[in-house]
Parts: sequence; structure tokens; C-alpha cells
Amino acid sequence: MVTRAPSAGLVLPQIRLGTRRALWAYTFLLVPLLFFLTIRLAPAFSSLYISLHEWNIISPDKPFVGLQNFRTLRDDPRFARAAVNTVRYVLAGIPAQIALGLALALMLQRINRFRGLFRALYFMPFVTPIVATAWVWQWMYSQNFGPLNQILVALGLPAQPFLRSPGQALYAVAAAVVWQYLGFQVVIFLAGLEAIPRVYYEAAEVDGASGWRLFRHITVPLLNPTLVFSVVYSTIVYLQLFTQVLNMTFQDQGGPLAGTLTVVLYVYQLGFQRFKMGEAAAATAVLFVVILAITLLQMRVLSKPVEY
Amino acid sequence: MRIVLAMTAALVLFLTLAGIGAGQQPVTITYWQYFFESKVKLVDQLIKEFEAQNPGIRVVHENFPYDAYNQKVASAVPAGQGPDVINLFYGWVPLYVDSRYLQPLPADAFPPAEIEREFVPMIKNSKFDGKYWALPTAVRSLALFYNADLLRAVGFTRPPVTWDEFAVAAEQTTVRDAAGRITTEGFGVAPAGQDHHLIREVLFRQWGVAPYSADGRRVTYATPQGAEALKWYTDLITQRKVGVIEFFPGGGGYRNAFMAGRAAMIFDGSFAIGSIRGGTKAAWGVAPLPRRTLGGEPSNFGSYWVHGLTVRAQGPRRDAAIKFLKYLVSDAVQRLWLERVGELPASRKLVGDARLSADPIYGPFIQGLSYARATFFVDETAQRQVLVDAVNEVVVNNKSPLQALQEAAVKEQKILDEFWAKRARK
Repeated sequence: MVTRAPSAGLVLPQIRLGTRRALWAYTFLLVPLLFFLTIRLAPAFSSLYISLHEWNIISPDKPFVGLQNFRTLRDDPRFARAAVNTVRYVLAGIPAQIALGLALALMLQRINRFRGLFRALYFMPFVTPIVATAWVWQWMYSQNFGPLNQILVALGLPAQPFLRSPGQALYAVAAAVVWQYLGFQVVIFLAGLEAIPRVYYEAAEVDGASGWRLFRHITVPLLNPTLVFSVVYSTIVYLQLFTQVLNMTFQDQGGPLAGTLTVVLYVYQLGFQRFKMGEAAAATAVLFVVILAITLLQMRVLSKPVEY
Repeated sequence: MRIVLAMTAALVLFLTLAGIGAGQQPVTITYWQYFFESKVKLVDQLIKEFEAQNPGIRVVHENFPYDAYNQKVASAVPAGQGPDVINLFYGWVPLYVDSRYLQPLPADAFPPAEIEREFVPMIKNSKFDGKYWALPTAVRSLALFYNADLLRAVGFTRPPVTWDEFAVAAEQTTVRDAAGRITTEGFGVAPAGQDHHLIREVLFRQWGVAPYSADGRRVTYATPQGAEALKWYTDLITQRKVGVIEFFPGGGGYRNAFMAGRAAMIFDGSFAIGSIRGGTKAAWGVAPLPRRTLGGEPSNFGSYWVHGLTVRAQGPRRDAAIKFLKYLVSDAVQRLWLERVGELPASRKLVGDARLSADPIYGPFIQGLSYARATFFVDETAQRQVLVDAVNEVVVNNKSPLQALQEAAVKEQKILDEFWAKRARK
């Protein structure tokens, strides 16, 4: 059956109403798509192209060098250090962020008064400019003036170097990042928890289950989609860590002794401070492949559909 | 009919105007520098004066944020756009020459012998491939900034002259709390600030080591004397404990600590005078960099921005650009530059001017110019990192200064080798 066009003036009466709506939707979707293609995708591919060239911003000669930039990176101890550091940020930051976020969300879910206030308080760091928080944290960690060391000293403990120690600095930065993203994590978990129907808990309680078993067998499995999203999202955040590190180690960026250097910060230094765009683009390509692989792996391993 | 009339009228008007202009065709040249308010204002004024003296020349002055400056140059010059006269950091000259953006300064307008006679010695570093490519209006050097109140409180009525005196003054002005943490530094250490220049061009040389070979191709500081010099510096942090790295956080943390009265002495460039003058409450002063012994060899580190002629300046525009460049580096402009921007003159004559070198603030910097050296950097960021890391290897990782220097030399040599290998291929 052919739907008649509502107005005789239309030229294409054969197209169904549904199809026509879809066409309009596609037409409007085309605008952001164009934007996405030109502003995001095209530069991404051009960076792959740059990674195969010796590309000094100043120099008009940009010769093709094949995989030379990738070989240079392979033999570059600073890049290796940046890569290892980045993995350390992921391994230290994400478990801490997820565990703390989940614990806070579970506690917030139990209270009724001031829940909104608490949620807003925890969320505040997430909406505060990263640069500002990074500078405040730098003072908090200060060996000589920082409140953290004032507390340690007041307790009779030795003052810690924090950002001045190649061993501690990375974890000090990671802690600040966890603090910043905690509120976001809590809000995501709260939404996930609200979506779990009460009836499951009630039924389990009738059967005599309580506490840990409820959490282990109902909350965790049904929260799985939220957990997967959180892990994937924060992995990407930690793999792309830049602003916090740059600003918290502003004098000796990524220091001391490359102790806090991340891949993205090294990309910035290579490309914009040392004018080696080719090597910087190669490092970006490596990071892109790693993020893609890890994300696919996480989606595969972590997302198990749960049926009840 | 009406259209034909209008067109005829327009044509007549155009021909008349063109005829007026044909008498003396003005040449328009473009000058580029990065945005720094006092420089931009001064150059605007200088251009007015220059145009009044040279009625046939018009100068267009354009400026860009510092961060985007190199990209702007790189996109404009190959496209045949951009400036005829350009301002650039002396360390970029090799890169600009290799990229064929600059033309050598014509020897008839700027005879090399005359340049070497008239400008401070450090500008020899702008000689590349045996030619001069650019000249500075102003230069910068290092000096010791001291908090006179803090020094006087421990009995120093004048700033230290030798390194031994400096160490004693630093020890006596350092204040610690009950837990032994420094609350006022005797010396505001800043390896990533200006101290890496101090180690490279001042301490190494005064301890008897040239940091690099004369042709700039080899790193030569990893010797026992070099290690002694580095140890002298790191001992200030680890043994004498007169300062800590990143005492105040941030890029200019050492300077902020000085301005807050929390560091008795720091080493900084002449470019810091403005902020220190505006932000320091205590009585402060400037002194030449200390030496090893009273009559010992003085040394200093200098750096500067230069004006060069781009390949775009050809024909009548080249003549106009040469005139403008000569004007920019003239003694009269250099004097104005010192007054308005606070950067030191690059001319030997002005450096020798008794009145200028007697200035209590600019004097010590100006005196330093007669012996200051500008390091030939091929990758300043990476080369700075190498020395900053060497200091940290000693201070944080307890490595011996000699081992730290040897590792640093290997890393820095690699950076130099890479630069020269690339040049050889071109």
C-alpha cells in the first residue's frame, strides 16, 4: 500500500512518511558528521601521515622516512619511561578510583537526608578547572609549606618529599587525579545502583541473604554495565593524562628524572617544545593503537550480560 | 548610458590617483615580532620615527603570541607571505637558515669586521656557516639578586664577591623550623630556571672546563674538574642545605620565593628585573655573578633575540628592509630599548658607557656582557633537561657528580650528533 502524500504540492509522493522522517534526520545528522570528519577524523589520519615523515614545524623539507620515527621511539629511554609510567598511572589510579567511588556511592545510597548536598560536594572537584586544582595540590604536597607535611610532622612522622621524589611523585599525582574524578565516579555509580530493582534485594533477604552476599551476588553483577563503562572511561582518562602532570611539575615538566612523565606529555614536549612533529605523531599513533586494543579487550572481558 | 558614465568617472578617478602615486612609489615592508607589550609599543613608536626619516618607506608591524610564532613563520614564509624583517631567538638561527627563511646580511651594508667590533662578543653565536644572518637590538645576561635586609641581618653589608663568600652568606641566611625544614632559603636553587645556564657557562668555566668544543660539536664537560663544579653546586643543596629544588612550586618559583622574602639570593636574568622591582617588599640589589677567587676569571651567560632579513625581502623591499634593520640595531634605538623594555644594549660602546654600567640595577648585568657567552643550543629544551637531570641524579639519587656528568654528556652528545648528522645530509 502506498501512503498518499498529505499535500499534493510535494514532488516525491512515493516516499513513505517514515522514510522521509529518517531522511530528514540523516540530513541533520550530516552536519555534526561533517564537523566530526573535518575537525576530528581528518587530523587523526593526517597525524598518521606525519608520523612517517621527518616533520619539523619550521623546516619546509618534510622528507618521508618510513618507520624511522617509530624506531627512534623504540630506542628512546624517555619514551619507554613515559610508557611504563602511563601504565603505572592506570594500575594505581583506576582501582583506587573505582573502589572509593563505589564505597561512597553505596554509603550515599543509604542516607536520605543531605544526599544531594553530599553528591554536590563530591562532584565539585570534577567541575573545578584542572589547572587550578593542580596548582593547589602542588602547594598541598610542598615539602616545606604543604599542609600534608605539616600533619605528618605534627604526628611526629618524617616529612615526605612527595613531588620531589621520583618514587613518590607519580602516586602523588595519581592521588590528585583520583580525587578529581571521584565525584563523577560516585554519580555514575549512584545512577547504576538506582537502576537495580529493589525486588531482587527483597527476594534475597526473604531467602536469608544479607550484607556481603547481597553485594556480591546482586549489586556487582547488575552493576556490571556501569562498571565496564567506568573502567573503560577511566582507562582512557589515565592513558591520556597530561594537564595534571604538566601543572604539578611545572618547573621540571614530567620530572623529577622523568618520574611523572606520561606519553601525552612527552608527545607535547617532542612536538611543541622540540619541533619534532614526526616523532610526536608516531608516539600518538602508538598510543592510539594501545588505547584501542585495551578498550576492545576490556569490553570483551568485562561485559558479561546478566539475566535474572 | 548611466552605467557608461559611472564607469568613465571611476576610470578617470583611478587614473588620477594612480598618477599621483606614480611620482614616488612607496615601498611597504613588514616586520614581525612576538607579542610583548612594551616591545610592541616601542616598535610602533620607532616605526613612526623611521617613516618620518625615510618618506619612501612604509613599515607594517605585525605580532603574534609567542606560542604560535614559529608556526606562523613556517606557514607564511614558504607561501611567499610574511615579513621582510623578522625577530627570532638566537637559538633558532640555524633552523631558520637551514629552512631557507633567512638571507645572509649583505657584507657591504653590515661588514663582519664591523659587527664584531661594534657588538658584544656573545653575538658571534649568530655567525653560522661563516656568515652573519641576524643582529640584536638588545641582549640579556645573568646576575645575582640579593635581599639586602636578610644579608644585613647576618652582618653582610655588601653582596658576596667570591663563591666561598656566597656559600657563607647562604648558610647564614638560611632559616629552618623545629623539624629542620627550610623556611627561608639562603640560596633559591632553580636548576630548571637559570641555574643550568649558571652551571654550564659559569661554574664549569671557572672550574677550568670548557663545556663544549670550540666548533660546538662535542660535549667536553664530563671531566674531574667539571664534576667538582657540579659537586660545588649540588653540595649547596645536599651538604650545606641552603636551598631546596622547587621550594616554591611553579615555573618562576625561585623568583617568587625571592620576592616573598623567602630566599636571600637567586640567580636570574635581566628580564626578571621588571617583576622583581614590582613585587619585592624588602630592600634588594643586584651584583655581578661571584667568581672563584677575588681576581679570578669572570664569566656569564647571555642570550638574545635578533632581527634578520627574510628571503622575501628582494629588490627595493630589500633595500628598505636593510635600512630598517640598521635603524633597529642603532645605538639610539638600543638606548630607548633599555629605557622602555628594560633589555640591555648589544653595542660595545653602550656597554662601555660609564653612566650605564654604574646603574645600580642594570650595571651588574651590563658589566657581565663584556665576557658573557651564549651557548650554541641545537635543542634547548632537551639540553636543559640533560643538566637538570644530572643535578637530580646527584641530589635525589645520590649518584657521584662525575657519574652523573658522564651520563649527561652521553645524552647531550647524542642530541648534538643528531643535529649535525641531519645538517650533513642536507
